Amino acid sequence: MMNNEPPAVVVDGLRVVRGSREVLPGISLSVPRGQVVGLLGPSGSGKTTLLRAIVGVQLVAGGTVTVLGEPAGSPGLRSRVGYATQEASVYGDLSVRANLTYFAALAGAPRDAVERTIETVDLTTDADTPVDRLSGGQRSRVSLGAALVGSPELLVLDEPTVGLDPLLRRDLWALFHRLASDGTTLLVSSHVMDEATRCNRLLLLREGCLLADDTPDGLLARTGARDAEHAFLALIENEVSA
Amino acid sequence: MNPRLTLATAGRVLQQVRADHRTLALLIVVPCVLIGLLAWIYDGTPVFDRIGAPLLGVFPFVIMFLVTSVTTLRERSSGTLERLLSTPLGKGDFLAGYALAFGALAVVQALVATGFAIWVCGLDVAGPRWLLVVVAVVDAVLGTATGLFVSAFARTEFQAVQFMPAFVLPQFLLCGLLVPRDALPRALELISDVLPLSYAVDAMSTLTAEVDAAGDVGRDVAIVGAFAVAAIALGSLTLRRRTT
Repeated sequence: MMNNEPPAVVVDGLRVVRGSREVLPGISLSVPRGQVVGLLGPSGSGKTTLLRAIVGVQLVAGGTVTVLGEPAGSPGLRSRVGYATQEASVYGDLSVRANLTYFAALAGAPRDAVERTIETVDLTTDADTPVDRLSGGQRSRVSLGAALVGSPELLVLDEPTVGLDPLLRRDLWALFHRLASDGTTLLVSSHVMDEATRCNRLLLLREGCLLADDTPDGLLARTGARDAEHAFLALIENEVSA
Repeated sequence: MNPRLTLATAGRVLQQVRADHRTLALLIVVPCVLIGLLAWIYDGTPVFDRIGAPLLGVFPFVIMFLVTSVTTLRERSSGTLERLLSTPLGKGDFLAGYALAFGALAVVQALVATGFAIWVCGLDVAGPRWLLVVVAVVDAVLGTATGLFVSAFARTEFQAVQFMPAFVLPQFLLCGLLVPRDALPRALELISDVLPLSYAVDAMSTLTAEVDAAGDVGRDVAIVGAFAVAAIALGSLTLRRRTT
């Protein structure tokens, strides 16, 4: 892994306020290039808000977010960053192929990218089915495909594996690592702690604060816990007693 | 703005409409049914010749307003708009794509409805018939532009549908079809002067009555077009890349 490159994402003192609630009170972190980085935390911890700020669609109250060397949301970044929201944000009345063809056109992707992406997300047999007629798991794979089709340098995926069967989840994580070994940076959120071991690096988030930024092994060694769930608990207990 | 992205968006919107056979049928058939009904109601009187053309302008406005406001609201609530604005697609591309797609549908709708009114219902107008189609298409684009703008103020599809009576019916009441605009109470006449549908109906009324209508109609069409452009410009202000 090339560690001499500048990180793909640098967040510095990011504050996000929604209504009277401070969702992110001033978070700082970085995401190294070419790795699969897991953003883990319970629901409501601010994962989606952080991801939205990195993609540049979140109104922020303070701090800076630098993505691939440019301020988050810069026009130049829009073809270099792929984003899949938690809900499958694709067109339900269009087929899988029509959806991906449109998003490929927006990203300026080559013609063969659509067919390649359909294979990648394993929807070849359903390529001409309207998305509304697919299962929830299939829909979220169409949404993932729409983020992948432009071959972005940074992929920001909000809970892409929720509700998928274990086999498919395993395949998707294998895909994430394949993309990372080709140089793509992936930031993947999840509230399922057992997905932690599948990441190169972990960011643990709770109530808008970063509890840990470590490798899975480093985290277990540091807390003496047997899995990510217990490591998470140990970190919270540490913080409370400190 | 980028023509390639605008066209890709227009193509995608048309694909969505094409996949929805019922909507497509309603878009084409409903104006004809209404025109036919009107001709039948006023059978044997000169009324149809007087109000047939103005209504050919009103129907596409109303229908496109409804279709567009619901479609764009769906983009907002399904998260696809947020996703689109995180891609290289510009706000102008998004709006122009919609205007182009529904404008193209409006051409088909206007050709069918005008042909039906003239050849089936026997609508007789003094001015050139092709101008009827031009005015109808511009009215439809106005409906699309207004629908795009108004959808920003609706939270649900239920609300969006209710904007139709709120935005469209007052314009219909004041557009000069029920009472000629210069015979309205002065205050209402002034209000009708700043409503786009008034000019759409003026254009159609001129076409109905005058052989050499092109000049006046051209001016009215330009005004309706200006309202459409203004609505699109206002609509682009309601599209925000960053939201809370």
